[in-house]
Amino acid sequence: MAVRDYIRERFFPHIWCPGCGHGIVMGSMIRAIDNLGIRKNDIVLVSGIGCSSRICGYLDFHTLHTVHGRALAFATGVKLSRPELTLIVPMGDGDACAIGGNHLIHAARRNIDITAIIMNNSIYGMTGGQFSPSTQYGDFATTAPYGNIDRAFDIVKLVLGAGASFVARTTAYHVTSMIKILEKAITHKGFSVVEVLSQCPTYFGRKNKFASAVDMLKHYKTHTTPIGSKEKGKNPDLIERGIFFQEERPEYCAEYEKIIEKASEGG
Amino acid sequence: MKKNDLFVQGNEACVEAALYAGLDFFAGYPITPSTEIAELFSYRLPKRGGKFIQMEDEISSMCVIIGASLTGKKAMTATSGPGFSLKQEAIGFAVMTETPCVIVNVQRGGPSTGLPTYVSQGDVMQARWGSHGEHAIITLTASNNQDVFAMTVEAFNLSEIFRTPVILLFDEVVAHTRERLIMPEPGELNVVKRLKTSVKEGTDYHPYLPREDGRLPMSDFGGVHRYNVTGLMHDMWGFPSDNPKIVYGLIHHLVDKIQGHTKEITMVKEFFVDDAECLLISYGSSARTALHVVENRRARGERLGLLELQTLWPFPVDTVRKRCAPVSYAIVVEMNMGQILHEVKKAVDDPDKVFLANQINGSFITPTDVLNILRIIQGKGT
Ligand SMILES: Cc1ncc(C[n+]2csc(CCOP(=O)(O)OP(=O)(O)O)c2C)c(N)n1
Ligand code: SF4
Ligand SMILES: [Mg+2]
Repeated sequence: MAVRDYIRERFFPHIWCPGCGHGIVMGSMIRAIDNLGIRKNDIVLVSGIGCSSRICGYLDFHTLHTVHGRALAFATGVKLSRPELTLIVPMGDGDACAIGGNHLIHAARRNIDITAIIMNNSIYGMTGGQFSPSTQYGDFATTAPYGNIDRAFDIVKLVLGAGASFVARTTAYHVTSMIKILEKAITHKGFSVVEVLSQCPTYFGRKNKFASAVDMLKHYKTHTTPIGSKEKGKNPDLIERGIFFQEERPEYCAEYEKIIEKASEGG
Repeated sequence: MKKNDLFVQGNEACVEAALYAGLDFFAGYPITPSTEIAELFSYRLPKRGGKFIQMEDEISSMCVIIGASLTGKKAMTATSGPGFSLKQEAIGFAVMTETPCVIVNVQRGGPSTGLPTYVSQGDVMQARWGSHGEHAIITLTASNNQDVFAMTVEAFNLSEIFRTPVILLFDEVVAHTRERLIMPEPGELNVVKRLKTSVKEGTDYHPYLPREDGRLPMSDFGGVHRYNVTGLMHDMWGFPSDNPKIVYGLIHHLVDKIQGHTKEITMVKEFFVDDAECLLISYGSSARTALHVVENRRARGERLGLLELQTLWPFPVDTVRKRCAPVSYAIVVEMNMGQILHEVKKAVDDPDKVFLANQINGSFITPTDVLNILRIIQGKGT
């Protein structure tokens, strides 16, 4: 199908600023789903609150736009009730790792078959540029006018430690590999996390001396490297991208089906 | 004992009733004095193919049941004071998205951690206004196990009829009192099924387009119709809108669908009210004490009556006004500083004849607590 066929055109124009990375992520998501050939009726999108979370309204799937930080909990209710559906949860970095951090690690621990796409712009976009748990030390934000003294989460390490069974990182610059990674994440049976570095030129860019969205995309190109590349050895500051971890593990809904069997035996 | 005769706690009566009403999905986080509800469901639900999940906190427990309910399941969560506070934002989401669900709050002493194992009725106003923004809500309560059963079934029914969260405001005494429960036979109590849309697959379904009777038929989320659900103000498609006309209409709809049906939703029990000179007004476990006082005084020829409220919200204004009109005075019996007292004063023509008999120290309110007030009112000193 054409990209258009996945979009609810009557809700356009979208709210995103020119140059925002979130639209690139949405486009890649559509292409990944299209490549996988999953029916629109089998896909449920659940999101929280933030610029990133607005993806939900624009796409012609079953869409549930919830409250800030809790999308994974709502998604868990949908998935456990109807395990045959494909659950995708687009999230912001604040949404996923600050207010929703608890739900993120517990969804990972349960290994429930949901794909979380964390659009990391290192800022609270929707509320106008405050620092987030993924704003780096020393970066600027409207609530860090003297530079941020909080340390940033490494989202990949965080969810690995919490038990996610598929963990990847990509960027809005690397669209072709983002699509491939999303396909694998969605197909993976278990909790998948894909961190996508996605630029916010309006707030992060302006506060941190990026002249344009293009500059930020170039930055993703020059400051990242595929996992295990030689470059990383030469320059340890490079951010690695690719699939960090993938393992088949008992999935929560399947485990619950076994509980039902066990409980029913007792009569 | 007959097979339908059980000897159980209030929390167990609530569990039996939810299963009777067709519960499919329960989520919770342990907290005294509601924990038995979660424990029992973890055992009972999978036996009939239902789902139980222990979440990481009360916030996610509330969110997860909303997700489940949208897909067509009857869903419930149970908690107590601190957990009830945490659920408030998501309760508002259920109000806004018109998602049926049932929230049990077994009240304990507050504020904060308060008195975890002691009784209180301090959450009456939180049930009404705990979530932000203009809205209406349904809240039911009960004074004994048989009523816990009936009100729990009713909570599910009302949540389906009005597409709204319904709060069951129990308290520690009711939840932990072991007494007889006669299990109704299947079919004995009315159980309302979800109203589903008749719109066929392939035809546009409007999740927020009311029928002529005002009800909104649902389509299981994730099923044959694709639609949007949002906590933002929205139009009949479920899409965000800040159009003042649409916002005005939605707020009115959310409030009116409940406030406008107060009569239908209101349930009370009346004891000796017809010729009462003094009317006690009470609810929950306090009503047990109030009834004891009334029966004792009646035996001595004193004309006391009891109006037991089973619906707290929407507040049964008309019933209260009507029953208070002929009496010389009314005493509200409750375990807080007068949360229902103020509602009664607002409802009646002469607020000066309404008094409070309360207990707030964690002890269960006794007949003596009520009689002390009665004596003062009657001019008999303390
Ligand atoms: C409970 C609650 N707290 C705060 C907010 C305000 N708020 C809305 S979006 C947001 C942060 C958005 O940042 P992020 O999740 O990183 O998404 P982005 O907009 O950057 O894509 C905040 C704090 C809210 N809606 N709800
Ligand atoms: S504020 Fe930033 S994240 Fe939000 S739409 Fe604009 S560019 Fe995108
Ligand atoms: Mg962000």
